[in-house]
Amino acid sequence: MIRAVIVMNTQGKPRLVKFYDFQPPEKQQELIRSVYGVLSERADNVSNFVEADAIFGPGTQLVYKHFATLYFVFVFDSAENELAMLDLIQVFVETLDRCFKNVCELDMVFNFNKMHMLLDEIIFGGQVLETSSEQVLKAVEEIAKLEKSSSAISLVPKSVSARFGR
Amino acid sequence: MDRNLDPSIVAERMQEPNIFRKDELEVVGQRTPKNKHLPDAFGLRAPPPAPRPWRGGSSSSSSTAPSLVDSLFQRSLDDLIKSLRSQPASAEPVLLSRALAEIRREIRSPDPDTKAVALQKLTYLSSIHGLDASWAAFHALELLPSPSPLHKRLAYLAASLSFHPSTTDVLPLSTHQLRKDLSPSSPPPFSSLALHLLSLSASPDLARHLASDLIPLLSPRASSTITNTKNNNNNSSPLRPKAAAAALRALSLCPDAVPLLFKPLVDCLSSPVPRIVSTAVGAFAELVSTTDPAPYLPLAPEFYRLLTDSRNNWVLIKLLKIFARLAPLEPRLAARLVDPLCDLLRRSSAQSLVFECVRTIFSGFPDHDHALRLAVDKVKEFLANDDDPNLRYLGLRALTMIGPRNSWAVEESRDSVIRSLADPDPDPNIRREALRLIMGMVFDTNVVEISVMLVNYAMKSDPVFANEILDAVLTTCGRNVYELIVDFDWYVSLLGEMVRNPHCAKGEEIERQLVDIGLRVRDARPELVRVARDLLIDPALLGNPLLCRILSAAAWVSGEYVEFSRNRLELVEALLQPRTSLLPPLVRAVYIQAVFKVLAFCFNSYIDQPEASQVSSLGNSTTGLGLTIECNAAAANCLSDDITGMESADGIASLLSSIEKKDPFFTCEYLSHILYLIETAVGPLSENADVEVQERARNVLGLIHMLKEIPVWKTEEEGFKKDKDNRIGKIMNLMRALFSEELGPVSVNAQKRVPVPEGLVLKENLADLAMILTEGDIAPSMSISFSLRSHQHMEIKDEAMPSVQSTSLLAEHRKRHGLYYLSAEKDDTESNDFPHALDPLLPGSHSDATEDLVKLTEQSLIPRKVKPTKPRPIVLKLDEGDGVSTSTSTTVKESKDDLLSGAIHDVLLGNEGKPSSSQKRSSNKSSGRRVKEVSDNSESVSQSKENLDLGDRENRSSRRSKHRSHDKERHRSSQNNEEKEEKSHRNSTRSSHHHERQKHRQRGEAPLNVVPQAPVIQDLLL
Repeated sequence: MIRAVIVMNTQGKPRLVKFYDFQPPEKQQELIRSVYGVLSERADNVSNFVEADAIFGPGTQLVYKHFATLYFVFVFDSAENELAMLDLIQVFVETLDRCFKNVCELDMVFNFNKMHMLLDEIIFGGQVLETSSEQVLKAVEEIAKLEKSSSAISLVPKSVSARFGR
Repeated sequence: MDRNLDPSIVAERMQEPNIFRKDELEVVGQRTPKNKHLPDAFGLRAPPPAPRPWRGGSSSSSSTAPSLVDSLFQRSLDDLIKSLRSQPASAEPVLLSRALAEIRREIRSPDPDTKAVALQKLTYLSSIHGLDASWAAFHALELLPSPSPLHKRLAYLAASLSFHPSTTDVLPLSTHQLRKDLSPSSPPPFSSLALHLLSLSASPDLARHLASDLIPLLSPRASSTITNTKNNNNNSSPLRPKAAAAALRALSLCPDAVPLLFKPLVDCLSSPVPRIVSTAVGAFAELVSTTDPAPYLPLAPEFYRLLTDSRNNWVLIKLLKIFARLAPLEPRLAARLVDPLCDLLRRSSAQSLVFECVRTIFSGFPDHDHALRLAVDKVKEFLANDDDPNLRYLGLRALTMIGPRNSWAVEESRDSVIRSLADPDPDPNIRREALRLIMGMVFDTNVVEISVMLVNYAMKSDPVFANEILDAVLTTCGRNVYELIVDFDWYVSLLGEMVRNPHCAKGEEIERQLVDIGLRVRDARPELVRVARDLLIDPALLGNPLLCRILSAAAWVSGEYVEFSRNRLELVEALLQPRTSLLPPLVRAVYIQAVFKVLAFCFNSYIDQPEASQVSSLGNSTTGLGLTIECNAAAANCLSDDITGMESADGIASLLSSIEKKDPFFTCEYLSHILYLIETAVGPLSENADVEVQERARNVLGLIHMLKEIPVWKTEEEGFKKDKDNRIGKIMNLMRALFSEELGPVSVNAQKRVPVPEGLVLKENLADLAMILTEGDIAPSMSISFSLRSHQHMEIKDEAMPSVQSTSLLAEHRKRHGLYYLSAEKDDTESNDFPHALDPLLPGSHSDATEDLVKLTEQSLIPRKVKPTKPRPIVLKLDEGDGVSTSTSTTVKESKDDLLSGAIHDVLLGNEGKPSSSQKRSSNKSSGRRVKEVSDNSESVSQSKENLDLGDRENRSSRRSKHRSHDKERHRSSQNNEEKEEKSHRNSTRSSHHHERQKHRQRGEAPLNVVPQAPVIQDLLL
């Protein structure tokens, strides 16, 4: 099972946080801080895996990838394959990249909802659901279409609703 | 690695986030001018009179609810993020609390838009900034039934991120809405949201109530009709995989749901849609890996079919995970699996799959040489990948799984392992893994060589890794009450050497082991005392705060086993040297207590001495002497053992002389000298600021004063000796009674065995106490010392200037107190030894070091049958206390797992006896019995294997099986109610299968029912 997905920048600020086994918010922040503490000490040319027993409990590992100013971190247990998780990070980043056309940190900051939509199509309740970014984008677009069509007929004032559609 | 994502471009875009931010802000400012009006107030201050809004009349303008203006001028999530980003980080807490106040007001709005935006903002703040959102659970619940997809999604997002049975008490209220959204008539995106919430935040009750609602989503026909009506483009439902993932969660939360959900989940395995198969296999992999795998054995044929058919790496990896758990239960399974596995290994180009194959073979098929050979070759390829640390790391990881039985494989890649350890540009993971591998190769025959090699290597490596090495050596050698150690004298001196490592931070563990060995291994005590002495007399160690705990252990050992000390005067001087003022008070207290023991021992020996000298041999102990003399004898024996073990003639000579010197020790002058020494050194400490030190010092001084009042022992030995009623005799008897009783190790479970006295209420609520503690902010600490900081500081200044210019004063100190320093040449080596290790390693010598390392281990890693020169001394073990006590939490979890696996067991095997369709009656009956036989057989096999392996595992498994049978009974009785419903349900799904079979004809045995699988397993296994 995948335990958590964390995207944070190189200063340790979280950009996307999703725990598949529930953690209260304060605990989440604490875990993110400890993950950052581990990652920030690692050099660039070392392996992408870290044993995370001390942070997330026995048997857990984390795999991370460092893109520009962001760390993408997946936490998982022994029921997942390490290299497959590394691939999954790649899938996630590719999907983001296609969705936002050259994704950057700012996209992640301002698209909280969309990030969650994308992630939920890839990982569902800790299980890998879809590994093709094309399919993921298609699913997300369908949801967006549905929301658009229904908001068109609703009596909600445009000025308010248009802005939280992202 | 980045085909679509060019890092350089991303980097360019990301390099100056501030610039982007500014631009964005300016643009926003133009777009929404109202932000300019309220740049800092953000709705907190009363807003300026706004132009009459166009829909003003419709709003409910009560005074308590958020006003219309509030909802009109509500900040969106983007506004909030921008405001947070535009302020410096120091202002963040203020901004957050303001935003939270704003949200608290807005979220009560009757307008769903306002509420939704407020909820969205709260979700963001909770997820990214860690604010508590549990208070808003009810508001999220209010929005769930919203007809707007957007509102619904925001509400579900909020719920899935913040709801949890433990913190959300309104969770049961969502049952109805979830059921509504899960129903086949609601649009798939809604059902998807509901499934998502269910998979993240379900409680057992929720899972139980909604399990039946999952079935239509899981079964192929119903979901395909939905998609056919809604969007005709593809016939695969997007919901079925999600439903499978949610069903997994429901199953693990609520074993009662197994009869309902398990079969549809099994059916997913035979779906023609790869996505559905993939998630279903993933779900089974999760179930098999978290619970007892035995009940899933009947599904093996289905998994095997997928393994040979599937081309999807994700599915294959998950299947291998499943088989890795199943194979140990059924030996015949391994034989069938080896060929496809080897095939995959040879064929696949995906490293992830190759790694999984390797792992499966190493952990599950250690007896198939052919497969093992292939896997080891693959690992070698991994290890040879110099430019990919991931593969090298995983290669080493794979080697650790091989286990001691096939250590030849590790042996073959020894060079790469050692090279990884000594990598000049190290990856901490790789190095750690290499260390683990090396430690895995340790046996009692090579433990000496490897440990010495590693401890020497730790001297040269960086602080973090040096400590990891020391830790590895300490845990390996200390494992299971030092089972690997034969020669304790060697081990004790190794512990002493570890202390010489300049980075050593393992004080606590070394301290524990020094004392523990003292308590447990009587024969090691003389060497222990010698090592302790070496540590105590080294003034350089005193300044190192990391080592003070080791020194504390050394002082304790020297005091407790003072009878083995060769030179008590030296010991006393070492314990009282001026630099001890650098030690923390608690350690100092131990030092003083050790002095007390030494003093008591010297007087004791002095009193008993004439008797002993009359007999003239140390071996013949007299009753009056009791333990002390006995121990002396033991010491003499050990010393002579030492002599045989030592080659150098010098060693023998010095040892002999030290034994000879023992006798004339306790003369009057000698004792008065010790007394004088102690009195002068301990005297000032009676005014020490730390109560512990003060008390111990006063104890010692009290004894000295008492002794000094008695003049008789100074002048006339004979007179004193005759007069046994003399005060001194009484005092010394008292002291002997104090210290002569031997301390032993204490069982971990000792506390449990103490009967609870009557009238003591242990289960009283201690909540009040916790409150008091938090109020007073008193953290209960292990080491409570009542020292006055400032006072103590001054004292240190007075007494211990040396800490500043330690080296020069050290030399001076050495000159003055040459007495208790080691003899000249040893002195030199030691003084060189310590600072030497601080020198950074010359870069040129590194390759040499690596080669040395390789060479060293070449000899040592091969397990040799060397006959130990010395029999292993007795190590005191407690019957059961030292073992790992099973904690209650695991048993609780196990019992829950048992419930689940028991239920699955029932579904797969137990119901077989009552076949539902008439045409299969005859075949089913026999097959069901046969399957039962098979599973029984496998269980007994695994049990017998466990018998060979570990004693305690067998215990556990037998307990588990007991549990299971119990569960089965319980289940049978409770099943009667459900049976009817279930039967009818089964019939309905089966009829749907028939439809399905006609529909998708492409697959021969299309959706397999659970029931007809039973005979297949026989075919597969035989």
